[in-house]
Amino acid sequence: MSKPRTLFDKIWQSHLVDVQDDGTCLIYIDRHLVHEVTSPQAFEGLRAAGRKVRCPERTLAVADHNVPTTDRSLGIADEESRIQVQTLDDNCAEFGVEYLRMDDVRQGVVHIVGPEQGFTLPGATIVCGDSHTSTHGAFGALAFGIGTSEVEHVLATQTLLQSPARNMRVTVNGTLSAGVSAKDVALAIIGRLGTAGGTGYVIEYAGPVIRALSMEGRMTVCNMTIEAGARAGMIAPDGTTFAYLRGRPRTPKGAAWELAQANWRMLSTDEGAVFDREIVLDGAEIEPQVTWGTSPEDVAPIGSHVPDPAKEPDEGKRRAMERALDYMGLAPGTPLAGIAIDRVFIGSCTNGRIEDLRAAAAVVQGRKVAEGVNALVVPGSGLVKEQAESEGLDAIFLEAGFEWREPGCSMCLAMNADRLEPGERCASTSNRNFEGRQGRGGRTHLVSPEMAAAAAIAGRLVDVRKLV
Amino acid sequence: MQTFTTLTGIAAPLPMINVDTDMIIPKQFLKTIKRTGLGRNLFDEMRYDANGVEKPDFVLNRPAYRGAQVLIAGANFGCGSSREHAPWAILDFGIRCIIAPGFADIFYNNCFKNGILPVKLPQEQVDRLMAAAERGAGATVTVDLEHQEIRGPDGERVSFDVDPFRKRCLMEGLDDIGLTLRKDAAIRAFEQRHAHEHPWL
Ligand code: SF4
Repeated sequence: MSKPRTLFDKIWQSHLVDVQDDGTCLIYIDRHLVHEVTSPQAFEGLRAAGRKVRCPERTLAVADHNVPTTDRSLGIADEESRIQVQTLDDNCAEFGVEYLRMDDVRQGVVHIVGPEQGFTLPGATIVCGDSHTSTHGAFGALAFGIGTSEVEHVLATQTLLQSPARNMRVTVNGTLSAGVSAKDVALAIIGRLGTAGGTGYVIEYAGPVIRALSMEGRMTVCNMTIEAGARAGMIAPDGTTFAYLRGRPRTPKGAAWELAQANWRMLSTDEGAVFDREIVLDGAEIEPQVTWGTSPEDVAPIGSHVPDPAKEPDEGKRRAMERALDYMGLAPGTPLAGIAIDRVFIGSCTNGRIEDLRAAAAVVQGRKVAEGVNALVVPGSGLVKEQAESEGLDAIFLEAGFEWREPGCSMCLAMNADRLEPGERCASTSNRNFEGRQGRGGRTHLVSPEMAAAAAIAGRLVDVRKLV
Repeated sequence: MQTFTTLTGIAAPLPMINVDTDMIIPKQFLKTIKRTGLGRNLFDEMRYDANGVEKPDFVLNRPAYRGAQVLIAGANFGCGSSREHAPWAILDFGIRCIIAPGFADIFYNNCFKNGILPVKLPQEQVDRLMAAAERGAGATVTVDLEHQEIRGPDGERVSFDVDPFRKRCLMEGLDDIGLTLRKDAAIRAFEQRHAHEHPWL
């Protein structure tokens, strides 16, 4: 009998094209997603070398980072943003790559679009010039972010040079309590591992809590994997996965679907396979999480306090904490619940899917955004927006005083017009609270959609379970 | 790609952990469609105030370090976004080597693709080099890739590990794509087999 293998091992081995003497592997890439920020120099490189895109049919492009979330018919006001999007339009036309235009209802954040279109499939290797490509691992794919030179490499050769990763399994046992979501699970895991804890690993998520998550929730967990430093996160496909995929525009149909599904059922870690590292969490112990600092690992349950750097024995960490608290304008010992906020952002590839909007709307329904708070909902794609509107979620948000926008990355990284002003404090459902991430001097607290909605209503960080 | 063999230069100390790529090059500079010209905005928000005036105490603004070619930093350097603009900005500034106790994966990869050598060393050795770098312009460091050795200002020697394939690519300035295209027959053979085994992919 052959050696038991992990899910990662299986996908990796089935995509090996060549192994060099020194161990460097050439792996085949099934799916390549492209956006406007990390691709112009790659296409330019192809042009300069007189190369073509080897497999345009394996490539799908969409502009998301620079697009305005207000009236699209006016075009893009910022000239550099406009040129970058225009450059993607031109490159896709020149190289024959399918491109979802800004005015296409399917347009949206690249990591929301891929799964929605059924471009993301179990067992596939998927890359994109974007670190949150880890999102697609929720389908049992091997999906990871790459740099622009690698984007060019994939465009030209449909392969990548890689060294194999180590295996880690994160098991979340038990069940989650009410008011606790996939985002809280992701943040709790990062709090446990630290932002570098996953470096060199591919993480497989397992256990009853993960199994019970919807595809949306699984995508949230895999999306945040990169914030723990891991190359990719993955979850073995099951009935939930197949139900989500069936009938999507680019999934196999008829007999091909049956064949594919039979194959996908074998995509799980074999009994007895060895992981280089194992982490186990108890889902029942996870509370709604909120970040207090400028790294996703600076996270704590909403019921706790801003930590005290003086109690940190490691000098490097102490200095980083002091710097973070100074940037965030927070004093040690301050209760996290009660910190007043100015802005709320609900959206991004972490939490811009229909289920996230439903969860936020359920908290918001019949309530009003607190005086002085500006709150934004940015659906992850045009299709999410359409679905939400058909369910009347837009009306709930608008009624409460939220703004309801067009899809895109928006205030997740503030490359378009949506951004924090210096000193503004934001409860955000995005994935990064780095200095300046949402605008120079802006202060980000990462939370779940439910918690962000609750913060909008209360005007301060609050435990959504206590909002009466 | 520029080759990397031996480099002797000033080392700038940046004793911070978790330096993320948003810090290295903030998003407002990602709108470029070129690889060059980003050096001016390397570490922009730490280097300039809100009016674009240099902050005199930031390391790369201090006269001794304006021409630094080596950067010494804390653990988990380059975490966060996959933006290759980060190594492009570092290279455009003139830095060719970064020494740290650890790097984020994507950033580490991106460095090699741009002729930058990231060197991972144990914390104590980084601390010693950091202390030497604090001395400024008089204290140059030599990074010798062929012998995988760093020589400090007082003659101390530290050896480091590097993947042999990446070492060769850096030393010879090899283009990955050109090398891979030579394996076209293997790629074609794989594609045939793959189409047979996984026709839906
Ligand atoms: S939503 Fe944010 S994290 Fe996701 S792709 Fe856009 S900018 Fe990146």
